[in-house]
Amino acid sequence: MQFGFLLEQVVNGLVLGGYYLLIALGLSLIFSVGGIVNLAHGAFYALGAYTSVEITKYLGFGSAVVLSPIAVALLGILFERFILRRFYDADPILSLLVTFGLAMVTEQAIRIIWGAPPISAAIPQGLRGSVFLGDFLFSRYRLLILAVVAAVLVGVWLLLHKTSFGRVVRAGIQRPDMVAALGIRLQPYMTAIVMLGVGMAALGGAFFAPITIVHPAMGAEIITVAFVVVVIGGLGSFWGVVIAALLVGVVRGITIHFAPAAGEASIYVLMFLVLLVRPRGLLGERIEKFE
Amino acid sequence: MTRYSRRTLLKAGAAFTSASALGFPSIVSAQAARIKIGHLVPLTGFLGAIGSYAQLGVKMAAEEINASGGIMGKQIDLMSEDSVNPATASTKAQRMIEQDGAVLLFGEISSASSLTIMQVAERNKKVFFSTGARSDALRGKDCNRYSFHCDIPNTVMVNAVGTALNQKGMVKGKKFVTLTADYIFGHDLLKAAKAFFSANDATLIGDELIATDVTDFSPYLLKVRQAKPDVVCCNLAGNQVTNLVKQYAEFGFPYPLVGFNLNTGDAWAMGEGNLSGTWPTVWYHTLDNPASKTFVEAFTKKYGKPPENHAWIEYITLKMIAQAITETKSTESDALIAYFEKQTQFDIMKARKAYFRSWDHQLVQEAYPFTVKPKNEMKDKWDMLVLGEAVPAAGAELESIYPTKTQNPCNIKA
Repeated sequence: MQFGFLLEQVVNGLVLGGYYLLIALGLSLIFSVGGIVNLAHGAFYALGAYTSVEITKYLGFGSAVVLSPIAVALLGILFERFILRRFYDADPILSLLVTFGLAMVTEQAIRIIWGAPPISAAIPQGLRGSVFLGDFLFSRYRLLILAVVAAVLVGVWLLLHKTSFGRVVRAGIQRPDMVAALGIRLQPYMTAIVMLGVGMAALGGAFFAPITIVHPAMGAEIITVAFVVVVIGGLGSFWGVVIAALLVGVVRGITIHFAPAAGEASIYVLMFLVLLVRPRGLLGERIEKFE
Repeated sequence: MTRYSRRTLLKAGAAFTSASALGFPSIVSAQAARIKIGHLVPLTGFLGAIGSYAQLGVKMAAEEINASGGIMGKQIDLMSEDSVNPATASTKAQRMIEQDGAVLLFGEISSASSLTIMQVAERNKKVFFSTGARSDALRGKDCNRYSFHCDIPNTVMVNAVGTALNQKGMVKGKKFVTLTADYIFGHDLLKAAKAFFSANDATLIGDELIATDVTDFSPYLLKVRQAKPDVVCCNLAGNQVTNLVKQYAEFGFPYPLVGFNLNTGDAWAMGEGNLSGTWPTVWYHTLDNPASKTFVEAFTKKYGKPPENHAWIEYITLKMIAQAITETKSTESDALIAYFEKQTQFDIMKARKAYFRSWDHQLVQEAYPFTVKPKNEMKDKWDMLVLGEAVPAAGAELESIYPTKTQNPCNIKA
C-alpha cells in the first residue's frame, strides 16, 4: 500500500511537471535563441490568468483558454519588436534589468486595472471532482491540463524539428553568424519564438487561474520555479526542459510524501545536485555563443 | 558582437530573481508639527492579498481623522509601507522610529513579522499595536509592555469553530487530518488545535506542515486521501487558504473541510462554489449594529466594495489610538500604556464593547463561527458568509473564551 501511495505521488508529480513545462519551455526558447533571460515571463503568465478570468465572464471558460493565450501572444509581438530586440547583442545585465523592470511595471499595471486584492475564479462544474484510473486518483481538471500540455508539446516539437521554420531557429541557436551569412534574418523568427513562449506562459496562467489564487504577484511566484527547470534541463535542449520539468514535479511529490515541510526546498536541492554533476544542465548542449 | 558566458547569465539571473524578493523602500516626506505614525503591513508575499485590504482601511481612518481637524489640532502623518518579511519589517520599524520620527507603530498580519516589530518596539520604548497577527505566543510567552494585540488569538479561533463543530457532532470520536502553515502562526495554531482535539475525544491521524509559498497542494491532498480522515482541518494562512480551498473543490473529496483560520479576503478570492464547512471570523460587514453599518456604508461608497476584516481592524485601531492620544493629550509611551491598561472600553462595531486586558495587552472581544451561504441566497458576491452565534454566548464573560492567567505565560515587566 505504501508503494502504491508513492507511485500515486510520482504520477501526480508528472502532471504537475507538465504545468511547469508550459512556463519553462518558453523561457528556455527565448533564452536559447535570443540569449535573454526573460524575467518578465511570469508577467505574461499573470496576464494570461487575468485575461482568461475576464473572458470567462463573457464567453465561458472554453473560449477563455483559447483567446487569452492568443491575446497575450499578440502582446508578445510588441514586447519583442520594441523592447527585446534592442538587447540581443547588449550586455545581459541590461536585458535582465529591462525585463525585470517590465515585470514590475506589469505587476503594478495589474494592480491599477484589477486592484491589489486577488480576483476570484472557479472551475466549471462539469470539470470538478476526481476520477480513478486503476488505483490512481486524478483530478479530472488536471487530466484535461495534461492532455493540453501533451498536445502543445507535440506541436512545438514538430514545429522545431519538422519544419523549415524550426531548422532556422535551431541553427540560430547554435550559429547565428552562419545563419546571417546565408542571408537569413533571424529577427522575424525571434518574434515568432517570443509569441510562442509568452503564449504558452499565458496558457499556463489561463489553466491555473481556476485552481490557484489570481493576484498581481502571481507572475513573480512562478518565474523562480520556471528558472530552476530551465537551469536543470540545460540550454538549447527541448527534451532537457521536458525531463527537468517532469523531474521537478516528481521530486517535489516524493519529498512531500516523506517530509512535507521540505517540499519546496527539494527542487532547489535538486538544482544544486544537477549543477554539481552537470554544470551545463541535464541535456544542455554546448552552445558556442554562451561559452 | 559581445557575448557573455552562460555562467555570467545564470549568476546575474539568480541575483535578480532573489533581489526581487526584497522589495524597495518607499520615500517618505517628513513635515513638522504633525503626529507621525508608522504603519507596516505585508503587501507582497502570501499575506499581501489581505494586506492590501488593510491599507484601504487605514487610509480611510487617517483621512477621516485629518478631515475632522486631526488629533489635538495636529494632522497625522501616516507612513504606510510593505513589511515584506520579518527581517525587513524589523529594519523598517527601526527606521520609522529612529529616522522618520514615528511616535508609535501599528499594523502587520504575519505573526513572524509582528514578533520582530514587537522587539523593536520594546528596545525603543515605543508602543506597537499588532493588528492582524493571531499567534498565541505573541500575547503569551513573547509578550512585552510596549506591544498590544488587536486580532483574536488562535485559541479563540479554535474555541469559536470548535464550539460550532461540537454542536454538529463533528468532533467527538472523529479522525482529523490537519494542514498547517509552517511558521510561528501555524505551529501555534496546531498547538491550540491539538489541545482542543484531546479535550474533546478527537484523534489527530495526520498533520502536514506546508511552506508559506506553496501554491500547488495536490501532493498534500493525495496524502489526505491516503489517511482517510473523517474531517480535514485547515490551519493555513493567507494565499495558502485560498489555494487549498480551490484545489480541495477541484479534487472533490468527500471529507468535510473545516478550518481554524480564515480571513474574508481569502474567501472572496476563492471563486464560486469552492468554499464549504465551518470557519471562524473576527468581524464581517453584515454584522448588525449602528457603528458597523455606518462604517460599511462609508467604506463601500469610497472604494466600491465592502470592507474586509483587515480593513476593519486597521480602521478601528487607528481610531482607538487617536482617542487615546486625544484623551491623554500625549504621545508618550507611558501615558498611552497607562490609558489602555485601565481597560478602557471601545466600541469596535460589535454587539459588546472591547478592551485591552491589562496583564497581557490583548483586545478582548467577541468572535464568530460561520458557514457558507448558498448561492441563491447571496445578495452580491461579497455576501458569502452566514455568521453563527457570537462566542462567548450572550451573558457569558468575554474573557471566558480567552486563555486564563494560569494558561497564558505572559509576564509583563513594568
